[in-house]
Amino acid sequence: MIRFENVCVSYEKGDAPVLDSLSFEIKAGESVGLIGSNGAGKSTLLKAMTGLISHEGRITVCGLTLDKQNLAEIRRKTGYVMQNSDNQMFMPRVIDDMIFGPVNYGMSREDAVEAAGEALATLGAENLADKYNHKLSGGEKRLAAIATVLAMKPQIMLFDEPSSALDPKNRRNLIGIIKSLPETKIIATHDLDFVLDTCDRVILLSGGIIAADGKTDEILKDKALLESNNLELPLSLTQRG
Amino acid sequence: MNKAQKAGAEIKAVEALAQGNSPVHRLSPLSKLAMTLAYIIVTVSFNKYDFSALIVMLLFPVIGYQLSLIPLRTCFYKLRIVLPLVCAVGIFNPFFDKEIMLRIGSLGISGGVISMLTLMMKGVFSLMMSFLLVATTPVDELCRGLRKIHFPKTLVSLLLLTFRYVSVMLDEVAVMTDAYHLRAPGQKGIRFSAWGTFLGQLVLRSSDRANEIYSAMLLRGFTGDFDYSPPKKYSRLSPLIALILISLFIAARLFNVISLFGRLK
Ligand SMILES: Nc1ncnc2c1ncn2[C@@H]1O[C@H](COP(=O)(O)OP(=O)(O)O)[C@@H](O)[C@H]1O
Ligand SMILES: [Mg+2]
Repeated sequence: MIRFENVCVSYEKGDAPVLDSLSFEIKAGESVGLIGSNGAGKSTLLKAMTGLISHEGRITVCGLTLDKQNLAEIRRKTGYVMQNSDNQMFMPRVIDDMIFGPVNYGMSREDAVEAAGEALATLGAENLADKYNHKLSGGEKRLAAIATVLAMKPQIMLFDEPSSALDPKNRRNLIGIIKSLPETKIIATHDLDFVLDTCDRVILLSGGIIAADGKTDEILKDKALLESNNLELPLSLTQRG
Repeated sequence: MNKAQKAGAEIKAVEALAQGNSPVHRLSPLSKLAMTLAYIIVTVSFNKYDFSALIVMLLFPVIGYQLSLIPLRTCFYKLRIVLPLVCAVGIFNPFFDKEIMLRIGSLGISGGVISMLTLMMKGVFSLMMSFLLVATTPVDELCRGLRKIHFPKTLVSLLLLTFRYVSVMLDEVAVMTDAYHLRAPGQKGIRFSAWGTFLGQLVLRSSDRANEIYSAMLLRGFTGDFDYSPPKKYSRLSPLIALILISLFIAARLFNVISLFGRLK
C-alpha cells in the first residue's frame, strides 16, 4: 500500500537531511504509529508522502510512484488530517469545507453533500454540518477536520498529532473513532498511550532514521529503547507494570 | 478578546453574512462585481460641485441594503475605521475655496464646503456599495466568476489567498499581542523598539500558517481552477438586472434628477 525506498528529504540544499534514506513498507489495512520526539521528522515524512515537499528516492502509494504525474491521484487517495485543524479548515462553514475536496476531484455538488453527510454520520457529528468553523470548540474542530478528509473517501488516512490540544473526553472519543475507521492509517505522534490504543505496529523515528519497527506492545514496552530516543514509557504501561 | 481577535472575528462574520439568501445574494457574483465597479466609477466621476445630483446615487446602496436584508447599521459598524479616513479627504477644501456658491436664506455656503461634502459622499457611497458586494458574495464564488471570464488563474488564486491571509494574520496578531501584554503589564500598545521584531515574527508566523492552509487546499485538489458546477442557482436575470442598473447609474450622472423634478413643478 505504501512503500518508501531510500527516501531522503532535506529542507535546504546542503543541510543535513531531515529524513535519511528511509525504507519501509505498510500493507493495506495496517494501523501504524509513527513515533519519535519533537523534530524527529514525523510531520516531514507525512508531507513527503503527499508531495508537499520534494524527496529523493522512491515513494509508492497504492501502487503509484509519487511523481508529478501521479500526484493528484495519490492526494486523492490519502486523507491528511493536519496537526492544526485551524489551518485545515479554511471555508466559512463546515459543510463548505467538506465538499471542497470532493468537488475539486470531480464529484458533483449533490454527491459531495451526500458524501459529507455520510462522513459526519460515521463520526456521529451530523450536527456540525451547518456550523461556522470559527465558532467550533477544539474537539469539534478536530472532528470536523477528520470528517472533511473522510468525505474524500480516501484509502489511506494520515494523522499528524491527532491527540494534541484535546481534553481527555475528546481524546477517548477520537481513539474510538480512529479504531473504527477501516482505512490504512499512519498516526504520527509522541503520545504513546494514544498509539498503544490505536495501532498494531510502530515505527520509531529518531534523527531522520528508523530506530525501530515492530509490534506496538513490544516496542512500547522497551524502556531502554524509548529513553534513548527521548521518549517515555506509556503511562498505562508504567501503571500496569 | 483583544482588538486583532475582534477584527478577525469580524471578517469571519462578514463571510458568514455572504452565505445568506436574498434577492441580492442571488444575483450572480460577476453581475454584482460589474455593477459595483460601474457604480464607483460613475459616483467618482461627478463634478465636485454637483452635490445635489450626487445625492440621487445614495438611493442605490440604500435600496440594495433593504433588499439584501443586511442592516445599513452593520455596514457602518464594520466600516467604522475606514469611514472617518474617507471623510477626512476633503477636509481642507473649505479653507482653500471660499467663494460663495450657494445661499440658503442669509447663510452663504462656499464652494469649498460643497466640494468637501461631495468628496465625502463619493467616498462613503462607494464604500457602502463595495461592502454590499462583499457581504453578499462569498469570496470563492467571486473568484469562480472571475475564472469564468478567463481572468488569469494566478491572479484569482492570489486574490483568494490574500483574503485568507488577512484573517490568518489577524489571528496571529491577536495571539502575539496577548503574549506581549502578558509580559508587559500595564503597557499601552506595543513599545516602539519592539515593533521590528514584532512585525518580523508576524510575517514569519502568518506566512507559515498561510503555507499550511495552502497545503490543505492543495491536498484537497485545489488547482486554482473553479470549473465545477456553480453551487447556487444564481438568478438568470442577473446580467439583465446589472445592465438596467448600470444604465440607471449613468442616467443619474447625465441628468440631474433632482433639478428635473424641480423643473416639473
Ligand atoms: N519548513 C521547515 N524548514 C526548515 N526546517 C524544517 C522545516 N520544518 C521542519 N524542519 C526541521 O525538520 C526537522 C523535523 O521536523 P518535523 O518533521 O516537523 O518533526 P516532528 O513532526 O517529528 O516533530 C526538525 O529538525 C525541524 O527543525
Ligand atoms: Mg510534527
